Amino acid sequence: MGVRIAAALMLASIASTQAIAQAPANEEAKAEQRWSELQRAIFPDRTLNNGQGIIELEAPARALDAALVPLSVTTSGTKPVRKIYLVIDNNPGPLAGRFTFGEAADPSILKVRMRVNTYTNIHAVAEDAEGQLYSVQEFVKASGGCSAPAGSNDPKALEEMGQMRFKLLSNVTLGQPVQAQLMIRHPNFNGMQMDQVTRLYTPAHFIKTIDITYAGQSVMQVESDIALSTDPVITFGFVPRQNDTLKVVVSDSKGNRFERSFDVAAAEQVSEAM
Amino acid sequence: MRTVPAVSRRQALFGGLCLCCVSALARSATDERRLLETEEIATGIHIRRGVHETASADNDDAIANVGFVIGRECVAVTDAGGSLKDGERLREHIRSITPLPVRYVLMSHVHPDHIFGAGAFLADKPTFVGHAALPNALAQRGEYYRDRLEEIIGKGSAGPIVEPTMLVAQRAQLDLGQRVLELRAHPIAHTDNDLSAFDVQTKTLFASDLLFVQRVPSLDGSLKGWLNELKVLASMGAARAVPGHGPASVDFASASAKLHTYLNALLRETRQAIAAGKDIDAAPDMVALSEREKWTLFDEYHGHNVIQAFKELEWE
Repeated sequence: MGVRIAAALMLASIASTQAIAQAPANEEAKAEQRWSELQRAIFPDRTLNNGQGIIELEAPARALDAALVPLSVTTSGTKPVRKIYLVIDNNPGPLAGRFTFGEAADPSILKVRMRVNTYTNIHAVAEDAEGQLYSVQEFVKASGGCSAPAGSNDPKALEEMGQMRFKLLSNVTLGQPVQAQLMIRHPNFNGMQMDQVTRLYTPAHFIKTIDITYAGQSVMQVESDIALSTDPVITFGFVPRQNDTLKVVVSDSKGNRFERSFDVAAAEQVSEAM
Repeated sequence: MRTVPAVSRRQALFGGLCLCCVSALARSATDERRLLETEEIATGIHIRRGVHETASADNDDAIANVGFVIGRECVAVTDAGGSLKDGERLREHIRSITPLPVRYVLMSHVHPDHIFGAGAFLADKPTFVGHAALPNALAQRGEYYRDRLEEIIGKGSAGPIVEPTMLVAQRAQLDLGQRVLELRAHPIAHTDNDLSAFDVQTKTLFASDLLFVQRVPSLDGSLKGWLNELKVLASMGAARAVPGHGPASVDFASASAKLHTYLNALLRETRQAIAAGKDIDAAPDMVALSEREKWTLFDEYHGHNVIQAFKELEWE
């Protein structure tokens, strides 16, 4: 048996959620109130429109690993999306990430891995060129993702902190959008995990910004928070207009700065066959 | 050797007075029995087989194989159980079989189903033996595990977090009186703190969770490390092995071959998924599904194993 007492406890927490299921109106009202408070805090004096047909959020109904919940956001292109906000309503730091797309971006696809602390609604909000906001939501069952004890990968994440990998997920045709994956070694301690020796909480040490440019043009600026998982992996799109390098600059909450450049023509490309 | 708990006089009385309770009583007696029955798998080695269930209030987290080895001078407990009650039951059982003192309690690794019984043996003042990395793992996860376990089996039921008092960094021996247990601290495999034991006299290997039989394995360390340690265990010449989950005693080679097949499928197909650019959340639905019919609780744990394997292998 394993950390998988977590699985057992999820089964157990199904029992306790049955009480919730019996009073759905109350829970829904609470969730709605939470979201309206968050809206006021994150988007003061702005209106959120229904995002259906503009932005789509995919999240697992039940997380296999609450410390690593994959979220996938796609935008249809019916509105030119400039920013995406990810809000995990019931997390200690609800605004999990803000993604600002630049002139070399293809905002149609964005995938990240987040820590989710408890059963929660997750909102993906798109902002278009005029500053209009469009929102969609998904409900995710997960528990303990933020306070969950560190995994066995963490010593390696600290040791190799700042290492990065870059892969292309589709063929490069100049002037056409291409999908890519960026992996960053970083423990992303969120300040809620117990230190192994001192038995005090490990001080928060997490990635604050990720700045991706191609040929000097902005692809995406990420402002992240404690919800980003250990060793984050981000899938995104960009439009290479000439053969050049993709540059990534990562800064974290301790003032570390990690910079890597990848020659796109020479980048590893994964095969589609399987 | 099998022991059945006697129905107390009071229970019998209630049963006699109220027929409606009889079936409930009968069920609880069966429950008690299934959580207690031990088998003497080799001279002086008694193993209680854990049930193939997730932890629940009905099973007191008695889901792992636990037991004890009797030497000429003392007893060593080879994992104490999954909760205080599970440990107390094991301790009572030891007392019914031998008057020798319990001098050692092995803690094979940090997982709750193997260590929370240790609290039941504090009164015996034994040496609690663990891997050198166990204190770290306990500090990181002990309270988390206890809280989660108590959500399932009831507040105050898990038992205390017992710290090991003897640490094994590589190898060590325990002398039980004309009976030696050889201990081995393994590099990262099932977890990063796996400790195995080998009874020299009967060539019995206490593999704990480095060996899963029937119940789907759970990966919480390193997939590549685990495959490596299976080779190390195979070289020990065991006449029989006690897996962490499954029958009380198995032939190591054949049991290990099945585990190897599972782990190897996990390794090969996770690598394929990564090479094909699959997302981590898509991998559980495509990796090692040929193993599904071979293991109980596959759907509960396999997906998590794939995620663990993916995280390890995507950085290759």
